[in-house]
Amino acid sequence: MLHYLNASLPTPQPTRRAFLKLSAGAVGGLLIGAVIPHKGLANTASGAVATPFVHITPDNRVIVLSKHLDKGQGTATGLATLVAEELDAAAEQVEVEFAPSNPEVYKNLLFGVQGTGGSTAMANSFDQYRQAGAVVRAMIVAAAASEWGLPASEITITNGVVSGGSNSATLGALSALAAAQEPPTDVTLKSPQDWVYIGKGFPRVELPMKTRGSVGLFGMDVQPDGGLVAVTARPPRFGATLASVDATEALALDGVEAVLEIPQGVVVIASNTWIAMQGRDALTLDWVEGSGETRGTDALLAEFRASLDEPGLPSHPRGDAAAKLAQAAQVVEAEYVFPYLAHAPMEPLDMTVLYDGQSATFWGGSQIQTVDHGTAAAVLGLEFPQITINTRWGGGSFGRRATPDGHLTAEAAMIGKAWLDAGNAARPIKLVYSREDDIRGGYYRPMAVHRVRAGLDAEGNISGWEHRVVSQSIFTGTAFESFTVKDGVDHSTVEGISDTTYAIPDMHVDVHHPAVGVPTLWWRSVGHTHTAYVMETMMDELAVAAGRDPIEFRLAYLTGDARLAGVLQLAAEKAGAAGPEGTHRGIAVHKSFNSYVAEIADVRLRDDGTVKVEKVTCGVDCGVPINPDNITAQVEGALGYGLSAILREEITMVDGEVEQANFPDYTPLRITDMPEVEVHIVRSDAAPTGIGEPGTPPIGPAVANAVFRATGTRIRELPFTRHGLA
Amino acid sequence: MVTLTINGEPREIDANPDMPLLWVLRDELKMTGTKFGCGVASCGACTVHIDGEPTRSCQALIGDLEGANVTTIEAIDTPAAKAIQAAWVELQVPQCGYCQSGQIMSASALLTATPKPTDDDIDAAMEGNLCRCATYARIRRAIHRAAEIMEA
Repeated sequence: MLHYLNASLPTPQPTRRAFLKLSAGAVGGLLIGAVIPHKGLANTASGAVATPFVHITPDNRVIVLSKHLDKGQGTATGLATLVAEELDAAAEQVEVEFAPSNPEVYKNLLFGVQGTGGSTAMANSFDQYRQAGAVVRAMIVAAAASEWGLPASEITITNGVVSGGSNSATLGALSALAAAQEPPTDVTLKSPQDWVYIGKGFPRVELPMKTRGSVGLFGMDVQPDGGLVAVTARPPRFGATLASVDATEALALDGVEAVLEIPQGVVVIASNTWIAMQGRDALTLDWVEGSGETRGTDALLAEFRASLDEPGLPSHPRGDAAAKLAQAAQVVEAEYVFPYLAHAPMEPLDMTVLYDGQSATFWGGSQIQTVDHGTAAAVLGLEFPQITINTRWGGGSFGRRATPDGHLTAEAAMIGKAWLDAGNAARPIKLVYSREDDIRGGYYRPMAVHRVRAGLDAEGNISGWEHRVVSQSIFTGTAFESFTVKDGVDHSTVEGISDTTYAIPDMHVDVHHPAVGVPTLWWRSVGHTHTAYVMETMMDELAVAAGRDPIEFRLAYLTGDARLAGVLQLAAEKAGAAGPEGTHRGIAVHKSFNSYVAEIADVRLRDDGTVKVEKVTCGVDCGVPINPDNITAQVEGALGYGLSAILREEITMVDGEVEQANFPDYTPLRITDMPEVEVHIVRSDAAPTGIGEPGTPPIGPAVANAVFRATGTRIRELPFTRHGLA
Repeated sequence: MVTLTINGEPREIDANPDMPLLWVLRDELKMTGTKFGCGVASCGACTVHIDGEPTRSCQALIGDLEGANVTTIEAIDTPAAKAIQAAWVELQVPQCGYCQSGQIMSASALLTATPKPTDDDIDAAMEGNLCRCATYARIRRAIHRAAEIMEA
C-alpha cells in the first residue's frame, strides 16, 4: 500500500487547511540524506538525552521513538536495530515508544506524511535511524571524553558500555552530561563489515509484553478513567441512508448512556462494550429502501465479465500483441475471477477519543497519523496543535488501519463531538468494531476479473500477450490519487502485469474501472494479490503448452532481471529435485515493493480431495537483510495470509448486503493448514526494501500450479472452496 | 452477585448475569490481557482457564461462574505456561501478538495435559485459535520446544 508515493508530498503545515490541500500533487524527490532534524527537542531536566528519535535515560534505558506503526511486521524492532547498531547499545536496554504525530519530524520520507505502508518502513528509515543512533553516540562519546579528560578518539562503546583509559560507564550514567552536548550535524556511519546487529539479529523488543498480557498495548486495551464505549449501527448496504430509529429499548438498558446519530449511523454509548452491543441490538432501525449499493456480487460479476469484451484504458502498451497473436502457433486464453476480501485483523478496529471542545486526544493503531490528524482537525474544527494522537501497537492491519479517508478517526471524532453537543461532560469514548462490523464493513480488496490471451510460436516462445483487467480503482477519489492514477488507469490494478520484468516485447494491457458503491482498500500486497496469480499461473500454463520446464521457461524471460532470476534459482536449488513422496510441486516468482520472492510449494491432495500444502521453499532478496529472522517470520506470515485467501476467503453480497459476518463464515487459515516454510535470504548489499508484503503474491499461483500437476485442472476462480479443494 | 476466584483472588462481581466473562474481565476489572476477537467462540483470542480447562471467555456467562476458579494470561504461572512463554520468546513467535494471549492459554493447557504432544495433538488443541499473522509454524515449533524445556 502507498508504495506509489515515490515522491514527497508537500510537508503539511500544522493547519487543517494545509492538510486538505494534501492532494495537490507531487513535488520534490527523496529526502533521504537531506537535513535530518536530530536537534529540536529540548533535553529533559531529568538528565535524559532526548533527540527526536532516541532518548537515553539516567536509568540506562535507550528509548527509540518509532515514527511507524508496528502492527506485527517488526518495524519497531527494525528501527531499534538501526539505532542500537550505531549507538553500540546492548539489545536488552533498548525499548520502543511510538512517536507523536508530527509530519515535519516523523514523516515517512517516501510519502511526505507520517504513515506506514507499502512495505516502506525500513527502506525510508535505514539512513535516518542509523544517523539518529550515530548522533547520540557522538553525544555520549563527547560527554565521556570531557568527563575523563581524554580525546574522543580514545572513547569506545561496546554493548552499551562506554570505555576510555581505565574508565568505564553505562550509557545511562553519561546521559546527563551527554544531554548538555551539542548534537553533531555530521556523522559517519559504520561500515557494513563492522555491523554487530544488522544482518545478524536483534530480538523483537515487545515480545515479553506480548506473551504476558501486558496492559494497554493495543488500542482495544485503552481504558482511560471514566471511559465509555461506543458501537455504531451502520447501514445494511454500503451508502444506504437511515429512515428512522427507535432507541427506547436501548436507552432502557442498564449501562447505556446515550444513543446518538452521526452520518455513519446510530451510535450506542455505554459503560461496557457488551452493554453497548446489547444496546445496539435493541435499536429498531429503518433504512431507506433502495438506497445505497443494491447490486449483489453475482450481478457485479456479470457486469465485470461483460466489460471484458470492450476495450479498456491501456497501460504501458508495447509492441504489437494482436499481430503476434495472429501469427502464433497456439494461443492460451483464460479468464480469472477474484472475490472481494476482508483484511480481518485479529484486533477489530477501534479508536478512542477524548474531546472537550478545545482539544482532542486519540488513542489507537493509527497507521497514517497525518491523515488521521488532519481528518480529526477537519471534523472538529481544530488546528493541528490542538490534537494529540497516541499511537498504540496494532493488532494486525494488512492495510486495514491505513485508510486514505481516515474514516475510523472521523467516526470517533464525530462521536466525541455528538457526545459533547448533546450536553455531556467530556469523557474518553472508545469506538469499537465488533467482528461483524469488521467483516461487513467494506474497505475490501476489490473484486477483479482478468482475461488473458497469450500466444506461443512454433519454437515455444511467447508470441503476443493481451491482458484485460476489470476492477474498481482503490486510489481514485482519495488524497493519494495523483500518485498512482495516470490517464485514468490506477496502476495498483495492473502492477505486476504491465510493469512485469519478463521480457515480453508484444504486450497489451488494458483496464476497466467500474464504479461500485463498495469501499475498497489496499490489502496486503494490493494489486499483486491478483496480478501475480494470473501472471504466474499463465507462465506455468505457457511452459506446459510449450513443453518446457517451468523454471527454465521463466528464466529465459528474466535475462533482464538478475535479482528475480536469482531468487528463483535459489529457491529451486534449496527445494531440490522433488518434494516429499506423494506431493506435487508448483512454483511462482514475483517482484513487489522492490523485493523479490520465489516460492516453491509441495502440495498433497487429502483423501477427501482437499489441498494440503506440505512445504514451501522460498528465495528472498530484499536488499540488506536488516533482521534475517524477522524477514523469515514475515515471509512465513505473508504466505500464510495469501494461502488463507486462496483457500477459503471471499466476501459475497446479495442485493448489496454482505453475506459473511464472522469467522464461522469468513474462514481464515488455521494451524492445520499451515505448511512448513523454509526461507532462504540473499545476502545482498543493495538498499533494504520491503518485506511485510512481498511474501504474499507468489503463494497463490505456486499452489495453483501444484494443483494443476495433481489434478490437471487450472483453478481460475477463487477461492478453492468453490472447487471442493478446501 | 457472583463470587468466584480470579487469578487466586476472591472476587465479588455485580453485573448482569448474562454478561460474558470476557467483558467482566476487560471492561469491569480492566484486565485487558484476555482479548476480544470474534465474540462467538470462533477465534480463541479470549481463552482463559476455568477450573484448569481452556475456555472461551466470550461464551462463559458470569452468572454461571459461581465458585469458579479463573486464571488469565496476566497470572498464569504453571510450569507448562512458563515453558510456553519462554519458548514463545526464544522462537520469536508473536507478530502482532493480539491472538497470543489465547494461543498461550491453549498451549499451556495442552502441555499440562500432554507433556510430549505430537503434531496431531497440537492440531487438535490449537485449531480453535486463529492467528491472522499466520505464526502457526512457529507456534508448533515453540510447543515442541516448551515440551523440551519442561523435560529438562
